Amino acid sequence: MSVTGIGASVRRREDLRFITGKGRYTDDINQPGQACAYFLRSPHAHARIEKIDTSAAAGMPGVVAILTGDDIAKDKVGGLICGWAITSKDGSAMKAGAHPALAQGKVRYVGDQVAVVIAETLAEAKDAAEKVAVSYEVLPASVDTARTAAAGAAQIHDVAPNNTIYQWHLGDKAATDAAFAKAAHVTRLEIVNNRLVPNPMEPRAAIGDYDAGTQTFTLYTTSQNPHVARLVLSAFIGIAPEHKLRVIAPDVGGGFGSKIFIYAEETVCVWAAKKVGRPVKWTSDRTEAFLADAHGRDHVTHAELALDGAGKILGLRVKTTANLGAYMSTFSSSVPTYLYAPLLSGQYAIPAIYAEVDAVYTNTAPVDAYRGAGRPEATFVVERLIEVAARETHRDPADLRRQNFITKFPHQTPVIMTYDAGDYAGALDKALKAADYAGFAARKAAAARKGRLRGIGLCAYIEACGIAPSAAVGSLGAGVGLWESAEVRVNPVGTVEILTGSHSHGQGHETTFAQLVSGRLGIPIENVSIVHGDTDKVQFGMGTYGSRSGAVGMSAISKALDKIEAKAKKVAGYVLEASSEDIEFKDGKFTVKGTDKAIDFGSIALQAYIAHKFSGQELEPGLKEGAFYDPTNFTFPAGVHVCEVEIDPDTGATRIERWTAVDDFGVLINPMIVEGQVHGGIAQGVGQAMLENTVYNADGQLVTASYMDYQMPRADDLPSFTVQTIETRCPSNPLGIKGCGEAGAIAAPAAVINAITDAVGHENVAMPATPQVVWRAAQSAATKVAAE
Amino acid sequence: MPAVGMTVNGKKVQANVEARTLLVQFLRDHLRLTGTHVGCDTSQCGACVVHLDGQAIKSCTIFALSCEAAQITTIEGLANGEQLHPMQEAFREHHGLQCGFCTPGMIMTAVDMANRLGGGLDEATIRDELEGNICRCTGYHNIVKAIAAGARAMHGQAKAAE
Repeated sequence: MSVTGIGASVRRREDLRFITGKGRYTDDINQPGQACAYFLRSPHAHARIEKIDTSAAAGMPGVVAILTGDDIAKDKVGGLICGWAITSKDGSAMKAGAHPALAQGKVRYVGDQVAVVIAETLAEAKDAAEKVAVSYEVLPASVDTARTAAAGAAQIHDVAPNNTIYQWHLGDKAATDAAFAKAAHVTRLEIVNNRLVPNPMEPRAAIGDYDAGTQTFTLYTTSQNPHVARLVLSAFIGIAPEHKLRVIAPDVGGGFGSKIFIYAEETVCVWAAKKVGRPVKWTSDRTEAFLADAHGRDHVTHAELALDGAGKILGLRVKTTANLGAYMSTFSSSVPTYLYAPLLSGQYAIPAIYAEVDAVYTNTAPVDAYRGAGRPEATFVVERLIEVAARETHRDPADLRRQNFITKFPHQTPVIMTYDAGDYAGALDKALKAADYAGFAARKAAAARKGRLRGIGLCAYIEACGIAPSAAVGSLGAGVGLWESAEVRVNPVGTVEILTGSHSHGQGHETTFAQLVSGRLGIPIENVSIVHGDTDKVQFGMGTYGSRSGAVGMSAISKALDKIEAKAKKVAGYVLEASSEDIEFKDGKFTVKGTDKAIDFGSIALQAYIAHKFSGQELEPGLKEGAFYDPTNFTFPAGVHVCEVEIDPDTGATRIERWTAVDDFGVLINPMIVEGQVHGGIAQGVGQAMLENTVYNADGQLVTASYMDYQMPRADDLPSFTVQTIETRCPSNPLGIKGCGEAGAIAAPAAVINAITDAVGHENVAMPATPQVVWRAAQSAATKVAAE
Repeated sequence: MPAVGMTVNGKKVQANVEARTLLVQFLRDHLRLTGTHVGCDTSQCGACVVHLDGQAIKSCTIFALSCEAAQITTIEGLANGEQLHPMQEAFREHHGLQCGFCTPGMIMTAVDMANRLGGGLDEATIRDELEGNICRCTGYHNIVKAIAAGARAMHGQAKAAE
């Protein structure tokens, strides 16, 4: 292993600018002549817009323009789209209501964009927005996930009767019903997967700019996938053809899914820039982020697990209602379907699975992918069911899991996926040892002597990452392929620029991608630069989400490096006067097999460009290659997390005393960065399990719209974590990578709730398990014990 | 518009600003010191922490006009030329940042913490002291390690210099 190659914990190259305040986020950028945009948002969850009177506002100081849905309609700016078509079980297409970038006729959630006020300064835009008079006919709102499809609920989109977008299913109903019919034991759970707000620390922002001379638009935006943004803004929303629209996503301060989507605000900024003839900048404040960023999760599920008398799982049956909010966000439809139900087999050999998912509209913010996206919801279902089943049948939860683990690969589940490699018992054994599972009883007894309740909970999760084989997702309704692209440009002096369609917003690609190149070409890591986030520089790419940048993005780079090596060998053949078949490349040196003739990579780069040793007819000059990599399968990271909690039954205060993670991510590029990803994921999962909840009242007002009301995990809510790995190589990509970005967020919620329910002695603990929830649970357990 | 003068990162600055201008807006919009960030609007997240007369404050919660004649240090003023401050070094060495957005505020809070409480910060103290800084990426694990190491280095250096 080279000191900067694959497997080394290289310190991050991007850090210098961030620790010195030299990062360049969208809000740090200003364009000459720029005006500021402020969005007037609906104060009502559901209302008809009767009239918008902008006359008073237009006369306010500094106002440049006030634009509404009428202006958007007049300019024929297309609506926002959902890019994944889901077909209902009756064969009908999903029922997607129109989603204009500025409301037309109706508002459907608190925060819906009604108008944009553009002024010289943000303060002036805000002052003027207060003078925009909107008269609304307020309509009844429907906000409850479980009840929005019921008779009598307010109807949100005319195209979607009963607020139902689709009724989808996966698996074999008859086989699953038969499995339940012969079960010795059935475990049943009612599960609410709480709605979360992603909350990257950098709020969204956008600057639209229009160059009238070249008729070219530029959009700076906080995006995880600038090329996808350009594609949607061009092909669907119709701002400009792709060659006339440049999208730049500079440093982006976290995404967690919420910056995948193409939003109203960036659409309006780029459209308005031409309309007002000036750059238009918008930066979200945190309250707007709570109101209008796409939220995550929000499922209501009835789940059942069938076991035979020996503890073998016979079948799993799930009925889920997924709340997609007031409009269908970019990838919203795929999250509770193909990113959810195919993971319901967990790490277990389950002969029969049947899942039904109804997606519904409510008068709430749109819901889409948030770290894990569907997979945390699936894992929570599976890992709560098996834990409760073990308790109900008086088995050790670790043993019941082990008994049902998949042990032979490849393994075809009943829900689409073919697991390619894993060692589930290996991870479990290592986790139980690292967590001192055997010593738990003594720790519980010690806690009891202090009047504390101690509990331990496991979660054996699996996820499908490396998203995704294009043909496969195409057959399931995706509007795009999910390959990745890369270009390797070797300069005459031997330095290398990697252009990638992946986008880094905290993942450290400038380091990990350069490690791949440094190790592969035998050149110093300082000689490699990573270029991403600009559609004028990188031709195309699908961006970063779904733990795909290692498995898919780096595989594209690896494929392009293969081509670079092949071409460089040809150049070396001419220079060393040997057949290119006799050239070997190792540790940055080209040698002629069986001789001491050698030349280094930098010299070959120069030779490729000066082209003195060969003619252009024999070999093209230059050294630059590109590749598109389309994965052959999903990747399947898996592992076991163990959470141990201690509860004060008098207050419900719950402390996480120990956290042990053993993950199998395949080959690790940079263990330090991998561990960091796991830490952050666990924190978000703990947040979901214990702290975070998004609350709309019955009128559809968002009650939790600030950090005073929505409890973000803070340093003293969390312990330090023990993070270890095992490695089974991923067979479906050249680097053996599985991906690590979402594991913690997927594993943590079930581990926490399994630990808390173990401590309090019954299963009725909802997320987030706040002190009040835990106190009630502890009290009712105590009452139950007293009554017995 | 009223005038305000202060010293920012050792440099005297003077400007006429609207009375409602917050210190963070003054730093970012007038001085183009964009290392100080805005992550919330309720003084909760700490992305905007700077030092005012040597103490950590949230620059989103103070008017620029209230800082008349004050000494302000931002993340841009922490390093000594090319030489990083020990707390900056510690964040890099211990992978105490991912997206980097909360990082300037975290580092400014951490420096203040070590100034007040010394070089021997234990984990519980650091976690407690970070109650005004939110990070969404790191789970705090490596931030805690970085601050402990950075505090040690700051005080080790101070001793060596004596």
